[in-house]
Amino acid sequence: MHLATERLTARYHGRPAITEVSLGIRPRAITAVIGPSGCGKSTFLRCLNRMHELSDGGTVEGRVLLDGTDIYGAGVDAVQVRRRVGMVFQRPTPFPTMSIYDNVAAGLRVNGVARRRMGEIVERSLAQAALWDEVKDRLHGSALALSGGQQQRLCIARALATEPEVLLMDEPASALDPLATQRVEELMVTLKQAYTIVVVTHNLQQASRVSDYTGFFYLGDLVEFDQTARMFTNPSDGRTEAYITGRFG
Amino acid sequence: MTIIAPNLGAAARGTAATRRMTRGANPADRAYQAVVTALALALPALLLALIVELTINAWPSIERFGWAFVFTATWDPVADVYGAGPLIFGTLASSVVALLLAVPMAFSVAIFLTEFAPRWLRRPLGFLVELLAAVPSVVYGLWGIFVLIPFLRTVVVPPLKAAFGWLPFFQGVFYGNSMLAGGIILAVMVVPYIAAVSREVLNAVPSSQREAALALGATRWEAVWMAVLPYGRAGLVGAVMLGLGRALGETMAVTMVIGNRHDISLSLLQPGYTMAAAIANEFSEATTSLYLSALFEVGLTLFVITVLVNAAARLLVWRTAPGRAVGTRAL
Amino acid sequence: MTALVGMLSALAVLPLILIFGYLILKGASSLNLEFFLSNPVPAGQSGGGVAHAIVGSGIIVGLAALVGLPVGIGAGIFLAEYGSGRLGWTVRFVADVLNGTPSIIIGIFAWTWIVRPQGHFSAFAGAVALAVILIPLVARTTEEMVRLVPHSLREAALALGYPRWRTSLSIVVRTALAGIVTGGLVGVARVAGETAPLLFTTLGNLNFSTHVTEPMQALPLQIYVYATGPFPEWHRLAWAASLVLILLVFGLALVARRVAANRYGTR
Repeated sequence: MHLATERLTARYHGRPAITEVSLGIRPRAITAVIGPSGCGKSTFLRCLNRMHELSDGGTVEGRVLLDGTDIYGAGVDAVQVRRRVGMVFQRPTPFPTMSIYDNVAAGLRVNGVARRRMGEIVERSLAQAALWDEVKDRLHGSALALSGGQQQRLCIARALATEPEVLLMDEPASALDPLATQRVEELMVTLKQAYTIVVVTHNLQQASRVSDYTGFFYLGDLVEFDQTARMFTNPSDGRTEAYITGRFG
Repeated sequence: MTIIAPNLGAAARGTAATRRMTRGANPADRAYQAVVTALALALPALLLALIVELTINAWPSIERFGWAFVFTATWDPVADVYGAGPLIFGTLASSVVALLLAVPMAFSVAIFLTEFAPRWLRRPLGFLVELLAAVPSVVYGLWGIFVLIPFLRTVVVPPLKAAFGWLPFFQGVFYGNSMLAGGIILAVMVVPYIAAVSREVLNAVPSSQREAALALGATRWEAVWMAVLPYGRAGLVGAVMLGLGRALGETMAVTMVIGNRHDISLSLLQPGYTMAAAIANEFSEATTSLYLSALFEVGLTLFVITVLVNAAARLLVWRTAPGRAVGTRAL
Repeated sequence: MTALVGMLSALAVLPLILIFGYLILKGASSLNLEFFLSNPVPAGQSGGGVAHAIVGSGIIVGLAALVGLPVGIGAGIFLAEYGSGRLGWTVRFVADVLNGTPSIIIGIFAWTWIVRPQGHFSAFAGAVALAVILIPLVARTTEEMVRLVPHSLREAALALGYPRWRTSLSIVVRTALAGIVTGGLVGVARVAGETAPLLFTTLGNLNFSTHVTEPMQALPLQIYVYATGPFPEWHRLAWAASLVLILLVFGLALVARRVAANRYGTR
């Protein structure tokens, strides 16, 4: 098991958003996290790279093991954790003052990557994110000139550039049109050959299309976790069934 | 007596596992926070130093004259007796005159810019009003001396006296330098500040208020009158108070046109004096230490009044447009 | 009613047009090489210029910016990044109090603080007075500009493994930079026109001086002296100097607007 949580509880100002979640995430696979709004799925994701603690009043109990080390353990630097566990957000977040090239190189700069290696890594990351051909002629142009879908792939390239082991994606396609969504989904399937991916989505079709495993959250609890195919055809919990058949949410 | 120890083990583990935000856990982060915090602390330090200096220097005068300083009208450097009554009166009177003239104009600008002005006119008009705030005080003073006062003397005051000369406000011979000239200059100077804050207040009025009135069949003007202005009332009062704060402390332009005489006169045509102007004029001439101290007490009084007015203005503006940095810029 | 509101709005900006018109009418003809390059001649004689005051204003305002901008911007960053607690509230309130404090009071404060202990007037004391005005002004505009940067950008940087300080400086502040520069320029433009805080600090000087430890002339001070003096020749110079001052101040304000408009990206 590459990444696992043990009795993970996250709170906002003392109120739990997720309670005692224990879950093992398979390497080189896509794990989808689904559930109705407010169920804690985004909070769960943000605990995996120590982003939750940056939220106002955010606290965490329990353990998150990355290759056997508790990322919340004493002496662990959150900054180092985030370099190993990359993240892509709901809305594209290119840095507006940077060019396309600099956006991809942004994480490399804080990681102390030598300048001469940067060009090559930027190209590789953009290629991995299936964006290279579209932007190779304007690498030094503003990242804001790109379309929404391109911006989101740029953010994926930016996250990939630092060679994280895990990629967290928080509803990465919810702000995109269907065509751009499809491209991002294809990209995720390609990327899982090299990365462990955890994706939060409210789109059940998307979860069933791209993921290998699915966890269903409801009211802060992990209700069910299983292989995606099994969960969508034969859920074991009544609440899961109710949700995936569209009876609530 | 035995105390039954609660099971500390589990509870302690639970809290130990609770990791709070790691703000500044990293040494560079901590250093960064320390640097910007230190820079921010410069502000309270400055204010404290300012209050302490003003108070210490004003103390001899405070001790000597007590409350009489505020209420008496004698300002006699030869006898070393000081009463700031005329200065306080003049400061308040010139500011009131200024507000009477400025408020209708400033509110008009704000209403016009938010509600009625055609789109192409908004930016240039806003920019012009903003420039009004950028004109240095001393330039207003120069213009006041050589353009406004001659204009008042030849064009405005004679008919004014003919029509309203029986009122106490228009008594006496008009020599130019006067409360009227000071009030007009101040009005021009505070319009951009009042307009800027009023505009923010009006912009903060939810458009649902406007639409509700329009849906009742109100005209656009009626919507402003019955929905927008009442909703923003507290903020608009705050905007006026902010203008008042500006007017009270304005120095150069007023000094140059108000006449600088320690007198209390109801007539706008007579010279007056303000606290700020008195400091500007007499500070370097203060021959005795009590004279200097009296001027510091004038400064302290002015400071206290402006702080109170500004604090009230902010609280009022924040009721409609929360958290804005009120008055740091015009428009 | 709309017409009335429009008319009153026009009346509000009329003084600006009048002032600008008179400045050009009465000042433009005096703007020649002599005016810019020479210093005042003895009272009563004609001619002379304000080179000393232009250079003096440059030195005083430059020094004030050198002291005031870093402190003000730093304080503004503090307010935006760490200002949610009690200390933030206090600093914000103090900044607003200082912003509302009449500049003449800042002037006598600088006098007690620097001029009196040192025993002499100096350009430095004037620069400190202007910096005290500049700091709270810039702190509040910086805070507003930094706050406009979307939270998502900050999160994106942190998620990439940026430490907090680097997130703040190279992402958040960098994104807000155009706005911060605009705020700084507007602040500098404002203090460049200030006279009252200089009366008892830099004092003024009829000679050319570049020594910051000595009295120095500034353009607004020179205008004040010329405008309130008895000689028509001085009045002529006052108009011309005012035109120069207002062009400098408006120029700074215009540059500030251009910076704001040219920002690379949205906020």
